[in-house]
Amino acid sequence: MRRALPSGPQRRLVLAALAGALLALLVAAPFAFADPLTPESGGGSQNAENIDRLYKITLYIGIAIFLIVEGTLLWALVRYRARRGAPEAAQIRGNTPLELGWTIGAALILVVLTVVTFIYLPDIENPPPSGPNGLRADQAQFASIDQPDPPRSGGPILRIEVNGQQFLWRYDYAGGDQLFTYHEMVVPTDTTVVLEVTATDVIHSWWIPKLGGKVDGVPGHVNETWFKVRAGREGIYTGQCAELCGAGHADMRARVRAVTPDEFESWAEDTRANIQAAGEELSEERKRRDASEGEEG
Amino acid sequence: MEAGSATGARRLARPEVTLHGLEPPPRGWLAWLTTTDHKKIGILYIATALVFMFLGGVEALVIRLQLAQPDSTLVNPETYNGLVTMHGTTMIFLFVIPLTAGFANYIVPLMIGARDMAFPRLNALSYWLTLFGGVAFYCSLFFDPPSAGWTMYAPLSDDLYSPGSGVDAWIFLIHLTGASTLIGAVNFVATIHNMRAPGMSWGRMPLFVWTILVWAYLIILAYPAIAAAVTMLLTDRHFGTSFFDATAGGDPLLWQHLFWFFGHPEVYILVLPAFGMISEILPVFARKPIFGYKAIAAATVAIAFLGMLVWAHHMFATPTATVVLAFFMLSSFTIAVPTGIKIFNWIATLWRGSIVYKTPLLFAAALPALFVIGGISGIQLAIFPVDWQLHDSYFVVAHFHYTIFGGGVFGLFAATYYWFPKMSGRLLSEGLGKVSFWLMFVGFNVTFLVQHSAGLTGMPRRVYDYDSELGVTAYNLISTVGSFILGVGVLLTAVNVVISLKSGKRAGHDPWRGNTLEWFTSSPPPPNNFDVIPRVRSVEPMKDIRREVAAAARPAETVSQPAAPRSL
Repeated sequence: MRRALPSGPQRRLVLAALAGALLALLVAAPFAFADPLTPESGGGSQNAENIDRLYKITLYIGIAIFLIVEGTLLWALVRYRARRGAPEAAQIRGNTPLELGWTIGAALILVVLTVVTFIYLPDIENPPPSGPNGLRADQAQFASIDQPDPPRSGGPILRIEVNGQQFLWRYDYAGGDQLFTYHEMVVPTDTTVVLEVTATDVIHSWWIPKLGGKVDGVPGHVNETWFKVRAGREGIYTGQCAELCGAGHADMRARVRAVTPDEFESWAEDTRANIQAAGEELSEERKRRDASEGEEG
Repeated sequence: MEAGSATGARRLARPEVTLHGLEPPPRGWLAWLTTTDHKKIGILYIATALVFMFLGGVEALVIRLQLAQPDSTLVNPETYNGLVTMHGTTMIFLFVIPLTAGFANYIVPLMIGARDMAFPRLNALSYWLTLFGGVAFYCSLFFDPPSAGWTMYAPLSDDLYSPGSGVDAWIFLIHLTGASTLIGAVNFVATIHNMRAPGMSWGRMPLFVWTILVWAYLIILAYPAIAAAVTMLLTDRHFGTSFFDATAGGDPLLWQHLFWFFGHPEVYILVLPAFGMISEILPVFARKPIFGYKAIAAATVAIAFLGMLVWAHHMFATPTATVVLAFFMLSSFTIAVPTGIKIFNWIATLWRGSIVYKTPLLFAAALPALFVIGGISGIQLAIFPVDWQLHDSYFVVAHFHYTIFGGGVFGLFAATYYWFPKMSGRLLSEGLGKVSFWLMFVGFNVTFLVQHSAGLTGMPRRVYDYDSELGVTAYNLISTVGSFILGVGVLLTAVNVVISLKSGKRAGHDPWRGNTLEWFTSSPPPPNNFDVIPRVRSVEPMKDIRREVAAAARPAETVSQPAAPRSL
């Protein structure tokens, strides 16, 4: 094994160069691969962006800890290997100040993380008011304003009941008339959308990475989350069920289509009309059938 | 007649023990079947665990093959879910726990200078329950394997959504291995409390024995919760109760609380013994005493205690009040402190040592290097708003493989290379061992490092297929390639064991210059372990003994006599 590497100072040089290259790679990696190292949550809703920021802070602290630990470990492993002429192993059994030092150091890092988390938490957890370009109260019949605790004053909030079922999502829009869809949820931009997530059969988990974190839909419980797609960020946001729910789990996809409030209005009217028409058509058909049966009878 | 009564009286006065015949000890397979010897039971445990490791490993490789490319049709979704469930359950309940129990069985009585475990027959019962639990579970392969994940979340595991009997086989496994592990734990507590060598006070007990003691207490505290939970699941499935059925007033979240009340301590049940193993191995090969013995022992106790208080961090996405989430975030944070203490103490043990590069050292030194990655991602996952994004994604898969494989299994492999000579009398091949280590180390990182990225990109766990447009295709292919490198590495160690059993170098009593009492007896040890037990005067009794032997071998200390005057 030894003969594979040059001996003496040359060998040390090679090892030092190797260690240096490895360290450089490790330092450079986060910048070169910023994308693989951070959640896919930029560009959607601001709660997802805040989670992203919080995650990045923990990532940077984590990288620092990683470098310190792996660096000292590697250094000790290389520097203190048994060789001819190397000093005897030092018979040290401990060092109280040093041990206290790293105990307190570790605790301090955690205090910092706690403080940072609680600074970001309100913006992640509490839904903000809808923006000026969002849904307007006068036109939005389905935006229920009678919520128990309005988060902050502002425009109306769109409430959608999200119901996970093997293996699809159903979305019920709050409001007087029947408005619901499956698979694809249509939402207006610049409007705070509050989701009330539940499930009818087994546990499912709602997750659109760009629009925030996961919320489990648990039978018998209602779990809340929210998102607000920025004005101008209209488009399709995809995700999928994140809790094993049976054979179709991997194919249980969810899609959010963000459109401008005006487009949303017309979509909602069309859909509501379609649902009503379909229902009326069925009842008409039944009446016709009953009537014809009556004639026959 | 008189003479007869006289002998009768003499007989009364001096009772005799009559031996009607001497049963020869059973030989061959019967010896293994009827044994109550802790060493034989230990080897049975280890062999059983390795068989299940092979099964669980094959399941893992099939999973990775299926995921190598999107739209793969190697297995169908039902089979895939079954594979995931079998892999997780096997690796936890039938590989890591029995392997740990095997090493603990073999090594702990030797380390504390005892003849056997406190209750040898109970010990045998423990082993056979594990074996039959595993067999019962694997029999489900022939009818209907469980497919609700190793976490078996209700209501998916309820009879309505998992009508087959696979879940019942799983419940049977949990009951049998649970009883086995609990009985074993009680046995270890009794043994370690009562049967230590003279002079081995708590402060002189080897750190591996410390971790096994704490491991046993954790099992006693955590396992009853899962035993209760699976019993409730059983009655829900078959006897009309509805503990977990929301439609009848039950609550699916109750399952999660009970499961994780066991499940999180279980993580420490899996890794603490490995921490103890490398706390023995690192000092031996660094030729240095362990750095901060008391701190490491105290950190073990602290990790176990705090590990009981963090279970709901597995439930951050469930409908739970923020104040509860915050509590479990902070309690999870606190575990980082004692864990950090251990990692720094291990590094300090190597520092200024004279490190001998044998295979056990390589595996032992890889443990802190890998575990720290799992520790850092663990802190990220403990921050509940961040967890909302990372939960149940491949990031979590990467995280727990870094802790349980990187932290647990690498320690167990270090232990295999370290204690194999004691068990077999022969050394494992160093060449094969080192190749196996590097393949495992590289393969492990190639497999699991990119899984962080796959999770961050949006790939949930437990999916048999993924969208080719999601951007995780490359990560999955890399991961699959890595898993096969890892598999070859593990296989090489298995080959090494088989070859070295027959033709390994003879080890002798103490091939590594160990510190603890198991190296005082022959390799393999005789049935009674020790003919004499030395009085223990420090945490490294073998070092003391070597010093005394060296002192005795040296000629008595003398002073040369001044030359006699010539004139005499």
